[in-house]
Amino acid sequence: MHLRWRKTVNAVMLGFTGVCTVLTVSILFLILGYLLYYGASSLDWNFFTKLPKPPGELGGGMANAIVGSLEIVGVAALIGIPIGFVAGIYLAEYDDKTFAAWVRYVADLLNGVPSIVVGILAWTLVVVPMRHFSALSGSVALAFMLIPIVTRQTEQFLREVPMSLREGALALGASKWKMIATVAVPAGSKGILTGMILGVARISGESAPLLFTALNNQFWGGGLSQPTASLPVIIYTHAVAPYDDWHRQAWAAGLVLIALVLTANIAARMVLARGVSVPRG
Amino acid sequence: MATLAATPARAAKTASQTGDLIARLLALGFAALVLLIAVILVFALWNGSAPSRHSLGWSFLFSKNWDPVTEKFGALPFIYGTAMTSLLALLISVPLGVGAAVFLSELAPPRLSNALTFLIELLAAIPSVIYGLLAIFTLVPLMRRYIEPFLKGTLGFLPFFQGPALGVGVLTASMILAIMTFPFIISVSREALLAVPRDQREAALSLGATKWESTWDVVIPYARLGIFGSIFLGLARALGETMAVTMVIGNDPSIHASLLQPGYSIAAIIANEFTEATGAVYLGALVELGLVLFCLTIVINAVARLLIIATTRKGSGRP
Amino acid sequence: MKQLSLALAAVAAFAGVAPAQQLTGAGATFPAVIYQKWFDEYHKLHPGIQINYQSLGSGAGIQQLTAGTVDFGASDMPMTDEQISKLKVKALHFPTVLGAVVPTYNLPGVTQEIKFTPETLAGIFLGAIDKWNDKRLQADNPGAKLPNDNIIVVHRSDGSGTSFVWTDYLSKISPEWKSKVGASTSVSWPTGLGGKGNEGVAGTVKQTPNSIGYVELIYAVQNKMPYGPVKNSSGAFVKADLASVSEAAAGAARNMPADFRVSITNAPGKGAYPISSFTWLLVPTQIADANKDKVIKDFLQWMLTDGQKISPTLDFAPLPKEVVANETKQIAQIQ
Repeated sequence: MHLRWRKTVNAVMLGFTGVCTVLTVSILFLILGYLLYYGASSLDWNFFTKLPKPPGELGGGMANAIVGSLEIVGVAALIGIPIGFVAGIYLAEYDDKTFAAWVRYVADLLNGVPSIVVGILAWTLVVVPMRHFSALSGSVALAFMLIPIVTRQTEQFLREVPMSLREGALALGASKWKMIATVAVPAGSKGILTGMILGVARISGESAPLLFTALNNQFWGGGLSQPTASLPVIIYTHAVAPYDDWHRQAWAAGLVLIALVLTANIAARMVLARGVSVPRG
Repeated sequence: MATLAATPARAAKTASQTGDLIARLLALGFAALVLLIAVILVFALWNGSAPSRHSLGWSFLFSKNWDPVTEKFGALPFIYGTAMTSLLALLISVPLGVGAAVFLSELAPPRLSNALTFLIELLAAIPSVIYGLLAIFTLVPLMRRYIEPFLKGTLGFLPFFQGPALGVGVLTASMILAIMTFPFIISVSREALLAVPRDQREAALSLGATKWESTWDVVIPYARLGIFGSIFLGLARALGETMAVTMVIGNDPSIHASLLQPGYSIAAIIANEFTEATGAVYLGALVELGLVLFCLTIVINAVARLLIIATTRKGSGRP
Repeated sequence: MKQLSLALAAVAAFAGVAPAQQLTGAGATFPAVIYQKWFDEYHKLHPGIQINYQSLGSGAGIQQLTAGTVDFGASDMPMTDEQISKLKVKALHFPTVLGAVVPTYNLPGVTQEIKFTPETLAGIFLGAIDKWNDKRLQADNPGAKLPNDNIIVVHRSDGSGTSFVWTDYLSKISPEWKSKVGASTSVSWPTGLGGKGNEGVAGTVKQTPNSIGYVELIYAVQNKMPYGPVKNSSGAFVKADLASVSEAAAGAARNMPADFRVSITNAPGKGAYPISSFTWLLVPTQIADANKDKVIKDFLQWMLTDGQKISPTLDFAPLPKEVVANETKQIAQIQ
């Protein structure tokens, strides 16, 4: 009898865990479903090519936000990827106990800083001296978020490259930096690239750090020194506004953004799963 | 022969040594940049908050008053809102998340487990503003029309569920945060559970325990450090969330007992008021809020990492 | 060769080479709809000029102007003497349009227009009147079937000139409001949800049944949200429109101070709408960039002539003639 009770509890609790799993996985599909349902019909030629209309007028698109996002994220990647990459190489390849430990700790720390606080930093460093809101300040904010991600990912995948490869190269007479450049990095390249893609995907969805750095713009941004529209910010402003037409566009923009982010994530993970480019052992 | 061969070889060697030195210095410099960013961050937060720290002192942390007109600011409503929404979010997401993690580690066949985990981890990649977009148009009406009236009907005698069903508020913000923390809790807890050595489970089962009992009484306690780590990780994420929260929390800088009422979080008020903060003290107060949030997330992240490191060391499968 | 030209085109687009002149302004959401329309029209007339206006709220407009991060600001609350003293470069107030702040509400099932009096508005926003079928509301609206539901108040979460106009009015007609809350762009609201910008308040009221908020007239009109008439100082229930707003400004127009800072809430006049306001562009007297200087002066001229003709299409009342004349003279003060 006691056994029957225990067996019932067993079945119920294990069933409960299954329900939990179904619930959480279904959230992903719910999100995608809603975005597709509400947003797909608004993805027309106008959306991708036109500028926004003044509030209350119908039509218009988000071309400037799409280009603006590309611009801001592009520059952020230009700044952040090289720094993160080389810093990661340092952590993995050079034997340096204390300093490296500090850098590692700080990189993880920076990874956890809320994005709005990074926005404050970029505002202090770029907007205030420039006396101007600008795409550059937005890129700097995003770069600050990208650097720790790329650093740690680069380090992690370099560490997975077997020492034997390195030793082989060194034994053949290569200098250390040549060995890193021609053997270690290419061997870990799949993972390193994955880290970069994931990092860029992550920052392209960030809205908070851009709120008071890159600000927003109804027109095409006039270059790096001007406020620039971006997809995440424009989704926010349009979602909280009362205009139904703006809501429609916010859904479409959300669909575009999530398509980009998820595609990058899925592609990166598949690249990673498909191959460790180096035989183990 | 030695002298003839030595010169080009030695020249090549010094050239490569120089190359190595440059490379090392370059790499060192970039690594130092990472440190520099953190140092500048702390400095900027500390410096930027100076006007309000000097003007308000420690009372900033305990005052409920947020009044730009008299320049008296208090962080308490925002600390409360941040803490409350995050803790509530965990209350919802931890049982569900650990439950799912248990399923994925103990019950699901490996390929299914990997596939499902992959899907769940995709949730972590979804931008905060999209969660906010969905929350406004799907979660808020759901809360207002069905869930909040239901809660008021059944538990309305408690002070937590009083007041009108607004749709927006602390509870709604907590729910969207719960959804956002799922992937962290599930992913890390699952890793922790998978790291538990097989013989632990087998020992329990051989003593006659049901699968659930073996899981609940043996496996989970064994992995508890990692699970706690995942909770802290989720907490750290929730504390710093800006967009989704500010879109559904109601933006009211006060402390209410009821969860159905609006509230405010640190990140949300910085996002809303930063561009309009007139005067050094006002701006300093917002930066000081950023400093508080920064310190909070550092502490929680540090605890999370310690717990996770401790788990991987413990459950590495060695008998 | 083809690849090179493609690359150059991409770089040009990337660097945003096209516009010759970009100006950035920020501030009030109250007139944002007409401002965006103006800047859009002006851009059509002068394709090389883009005036990027961000509706962040009057508080932000004043702050960013003071910090020097924008070329001009905009506010529905005239700058206080203290705020003016903090400016490094003196700024001029240029009234642009006349608008109205209306009480907009969301009462599903109630088709009759709800009338509001100073007492009921103050009571609702103080939290004293918390149910729609309160005796006082019901008394002013005898035929309406008001529900027995809580009133959900929506106010601004950001520093707002619209808030200033609203609280200025409430302070004038309610001593209790004046002593408990006061008038400013950012007050300690006794009750309610916060929305960001006029857009946020309108959005929240539209989505939340049984709610009431205050927005500029055009936000209610464009979103087909009901808004009620308000009892003015002469005792008549007046709905906000071009005529009633213009009448509210009539007295002020005759006695406009030189710096154009004036409040016209609770203005006398039988047909005057009591919660009307001017709104101002805040322009620095000294602009370093000669090109920007030219653009701003030219835009202001255009605004005072052709721009005024566009205002009524968006339910903003044009400026009285005397005001326009004086403003035109003020443009000369910009260097």
